[in-house]
Amino acid sequence: MTSTTTTSTTASTTTATDAPVVTVEHAHRMFGDVVALDDVSLSVHPGEIVGLLGPNGAGKSTLLSLINGQRKPTSGTVRLFGQDPRTPAARIGLGITPQETGLPASLKVGEVVDFISGHYPDPMPRAELLARFDLTDLDNRQTGGLSGGQKRRLAVALSLAGRPRLVLLDEPTTGLDVEGRRALWTALRDYHAEGATVIVTSHYLEEIEALAERVVVIGGGTILADDTLHAVISRVQSHRVTFRSGTDRDQLARLPGVTALEADGDRYSLLTGDSDALVRALVTGGAAFSGLEVRGASLEEAFLSLTDTTTEAA
Amino acid sequence: MTTQTIDRTRTAATGPRSVSFLRLTLLHAKYNILESIRIPIAVIGNLMFPTLAMFFFVVPQSSVTSDPVWSMISVGGLAMFSVMSTFLFTFGVGVAEDRALPFDPYLRTMPAGAAPRMVGRIVSACAFALVALVPLGLVAGIFTAAAPTPGQLLLGVVTLLAAGIPFLMLGLFIGYSLSSKAAIAVVQVVLFPLAFAGGLFMPAEMFPSWLERLSTFLPSRAGRDLVIGAFTGTDVYAHALPVLLAWGVTFTALAVWAYRRDEGRRFR
Repeated sequence: MTSTTTTSTTASTTTATDAPVVTVEHAHRMFGDVVALDDVSLSVHPGEIVGLLGPNGAGKSTLLSLINGQRKPTSGTVRLFGQDPRTPAARIGLGITPQETGLPASLKVGEVVDFISGHYPDPMPRAELLARFDLTDLDNRQTGGLSGGQKRRLAVALSLAGRPRLVLLDEPTTGLDVEGRRALWTALRDYHAEGATVIVTSHYLEEIEALAERVVVIGGGTILADDTLHAVISRVQSHRVTFRSGTDRDQLARLPGVTALEADGDRYSLLTGDSDALVRALVTGGAAFSGLEVRGASLEEAFLSLTDTTTEAA
Repeated sequence: MTTQTIDRTRTAATGPRSVSFLRLTLLHAKYNILESIRIPIAVIGNLMFPTLAMFFFVVPQSSVTSDPVWSMISVGGLAMFSVMSTFLFTFGVGVAEDRALPFDPYLRTMPAGAAPRMVGRIVSACAFALVALVPLGLVAGIFTAAAPTPGQLLLGVVTLLAAGIPFLMLGLFIGYSLSSKAAIAVVQVVLFPLAFAGGLFMPAEMFPSWLERLSTFLPSRAGRDLVIGAFTGTDVYAHALPVLLAWGVTFTALAVWAYRRDEGRRFR
């Protein structure tokens, strides 16, 4: 153990019921020279359902791997139920679904469930677990023969095998069709309603909207926003406005709400939080333009603009 | 989708009590074995090599097979090789392959430390090593003069498995340090020279004196002589056990270090 991770304080686990389930304080994580997480602090309380939103490579999975004890922070502290997540006992109340499933292909569905359940003192009965995720008919199939969607459902089901108090889901519905996605969300919301704390990562806004009450936006290894679902949605929902114009670039950048500007010859592409105000200003400003297009920016673009503004402000 | 609301009191999670070490170990051993036997060819291939070597290189030499001690030396060497290769391959290559799968880092998030997983693997590897010894033992029993008493036989087999532990730890060290492709190469580079210099193929008693002397400090030689000693009831050179223990401790320390250091091969 390094000096950075202070050893677990055994008390405080069972005392206050609203003691944080997860506490991350000033966590840094490097991979060689690459900074994956840069001074991240976060605490999650019992019963919360938190969405971690951010583009690929933002550091979401790295943050989860610190919380589930797979990695330790380069500096800073991480606490799971008040203990060091790298001690096995701290993880009794934890269930996870990793981003990649990789179930042992030769084992049968029921065997994988029993194998995972066997690690926990009070597991969910196999029949109940399979029923919750509509997997009952697949009990006897080898996991290698399952479809991608079925594998994913099983992977999410496994996260509940030990009746965890905290569930970490890393992009749980990747590769699922709309119906499968909805069914999975329902199952997760039901489990949350029974009192569990849930942290879910996604780069689908729709998924976060369906599941989360609180949203933490991560980009470039730092927390860009940590707020209620509604507040974050309005922040990241931006529009892309494109048009041709001979107007000076700097003048366009001063239009209201512009968070990013790209120019390709006389073709400009602006990212804005308020496209209505921008268009109004563009028109009233009297500048000549043509070929105006307004469309919803992708979440990826919205994140990039969030990242850009914070780095400029810093 | 059936969504039963199960009435359960969340406070049941007070005072986390873990599943016992023994149960976790058996759990891991069980699924390790289950996974391996679903791919039977891997098990069969491993099973056959020492037996075939016995059949082609030892059985035709009547001067060896007619002598109980020389027979036992030949069988003991090949048996040691069998255990050594089972352990080095299942642990070196097996662990490296598992580590490349996302299921492995996932298992590391279970509330079980390194020990049940390692011990579970040891149990399953011992089971496979024992199975591999059966045909070798049968060939030896039918075609050679080797005739250990039941007590010697039992002691010999137990010694074989115990002498295999250092190689198992070496395998784990390789498996947790390298990718699976590198692990295959390294295991082979380690296995055959160690086996040869340890007198597992050609009896060490026929080595030139410098090699014979050097060989006594190798784990393969120390293991072989302890095994042959157990099977025949003859004396073993004095530093065999300390040499084997020292290698065992060294490899265990390396294996534990490599496991702690390993955080899975994939991130972000």
